[in-house]
Amino acid sequence: MPRVNLTRHLKRFFPAVSEVEEVEGATVREVIAALNVKHPGIALYIVDETERLRRHVNVFVGDAPICDRETQSDRVPPDKDVWILQALSGG
Amino acid sequence: MSNRLLLATKKGTLIVDRKDGRWTPRSIAHAGMAVSYAARDPRDGKLWACMDNAHWGPALMRSRDDGASWEDASRIVYPKGARYIEQLIPSPEAMEDAGKPITYKPAALMKVWALGFAGNDQPGVIHAGTLPGGLFTTQDGGETWSLNLPLWNHESRGGDLFAGEATSKNQWGGTPAAMAYGEFVPGIHSVVVDPRDSSHIYVAVSCAGVVETRDGGKTWAPCNRGMLNDYLPNKEAEWGHDPHFVTLCPAHPERLWQQNHSGIFTSENGAGNWKRVSQTEQGVHFGFPIAADDKDAKTAWTVPLRSDQERMALDEGLFVARTVDGGESWQTFRKGLPQAHCHDVVYRHALDASGDQVCFGSTTGNLYLSEDRGESWSCLGNNFPPIHSVRFA
Repeated sequence: MPRVNLTRHLKRFFPAVSEVEEVEGATVREVIAALNVKHPGIALYIVDETERLRRHVNVFVGDAPICDRETQSDRVPPDKDVWILQALSGG
Repeated sequence: MSNRLLLATKKGTLIVDRKDGRWTPRSIAHAGMAVSYAARDPRDGKLWACMDNAHWGPALMRSRDDGASWEDASRIVYPKGARYIEQLIPSPEAMEDAGKPITYKPAALMKVWALGFAGNDQPGVIHAGTLPGGLFTTQDGGETWSLNLPLWNHESRGGDLFAGEATSKNQWGGTPAAMAYGEFVPGIHSVVVDPRDSSHIYVAVSCAGVVETRDGGKTWAPCNRGMLNDYLPNKEAEWGHDPHFVTLCPAHPERLWQQNHSGIFTSENGAGNWKRVSQTEQGVHFGFPIAADDKDAKTAWTVPLRSDQERMALDEGLFVARTVDGGESWQTFRKGLPQAHCHDVVYRHALDASGDQVCFGSTTGNLYLSEDRGESWSCLGNNFPPIHSVRFA
C-alpha cells in the first residue's frame, strides 16, 4: 500500500489528516481518489474540477515529479512513496 | 451609521469595529490567505469571504457569528463539460495566431470575484461572479451552487459549447486581471440585484460589458448603449467594453453608475442607455471603484487614478471625487488624504458608502474613512496588507 506524504499545510483545512497516509492506488489519480474517500473534499484541494493538478501543487512519486498533470496517470510502484506538496510560489 | 467594516486583503479577512467613536481592527482571520472579496448578507447578517488561495483553489468561507468563527461553505465548481473559447494573452505571438481555428478549454473555477445578495423576496439566493466568466447562484444560502447556463451558453460567448462547436462569434474578451492565473479569460466582478425585484440582475463583465436579466437568469441581453470604447476602432460597439465596477442607487434603482476603463458613465433609465460623465480636466476619468449614495440618485463617489497606462495616484496625491448632480460636475476632496509621495491604488471593490460614511482601502495597505460624505478623511490604519475589498458590514 503506497505511503502518501502530505504537506502539513493541508492540515489547516483537514485537521484529521496525517502527514503520512496509507491508501490503496496503482496510479496517482487512484491515490488521490482514495485519499478523498478517507478525507472527503481533499481531492479538490489537489486537483481542480477538470481533474487537472492545481497549478501550484506538486506531486512526486519517489523523487520524480509526476509527468501527467492533466490526469495523474503516473504509476505508483508499491515500494515508492507519494509526496503531495505545495509548490514554491507566493508573495 | 455603520459600526463595522469588512476588508478582504491579500493576507486574510479583517474586521474593523467602531466602538465609542473609535475604529479598531480585530486580529486578522484566514491569516496568510488571499481573500478576493468579503461582504455581509444584509438579510441574515452572515459574513462571506471569497478565498483566493493560490495553492489549494478558490473557496468560500462563511461566518454566522459576526466573524468570531468561520466555516467552509460548499465549493463552487464548474460542471463537467463546461468549456470556453480559448483566448491567448495579447502578444506578438498571439497576433500571429489570429485566424487559426478556435480552440476550447475545459472550465475550472479560478476566482470568486464578487457576490451579489438577492433581496428579501428571494431568501437564500446569492449570486457569485467568477473567473473564467461564469455566474453561479445558490438557492439555499450557499449549500449548493449552480452555473447559470443561459449566460454561460449565451450567443455572445459562442453558444452552447456543452453541445459541440461554437455556433456564434465569441464577443467576451479576457481581462488582464486573469493573467495572474495564467489565463486570459473574462471575469464577472459586479453583480447588481434590483432591490425592487430580485429577478432583475445586472452583471458586469471584463471585458464584454453589462448584461441584464429580467427573468431571474433565464434570458440575458447586453445593455451597453451609449458606452464608448476608447481602445477599439468601433467606439460604440455593442460588446468589448471594460466596466471596472457597476453599482446602482438603492432608493432609485433606475440610476446606475459605472467606472469603466474609458471613464465614468451613468444611466438614468436602468442601463437603457449610458452617458459618459468624466471630467478629464480635473483628473476624474480613469479608476476602478465607484460608490452610489443610498438615497440620492445624483450622488456618487470615485477615487480616480492617473491614466489607464500608468494606474497611479494623480500627482502623487490621493483624492476622492464626488458628484451631487448626476455627473454634470465633480468636486474633489483631499483633506486628510496624503498629498505627497503617495502611490496608492484603489481596487474596484475597495470603496464603499453607507449614509454619510465613505471608506476606501488601497493596495498599499492604507484605509481611509470619511463621515461627512467624502469631504474630509481620517486614516484608520497604514499597515494593512494590500486591500482588495472594503464593505460596510
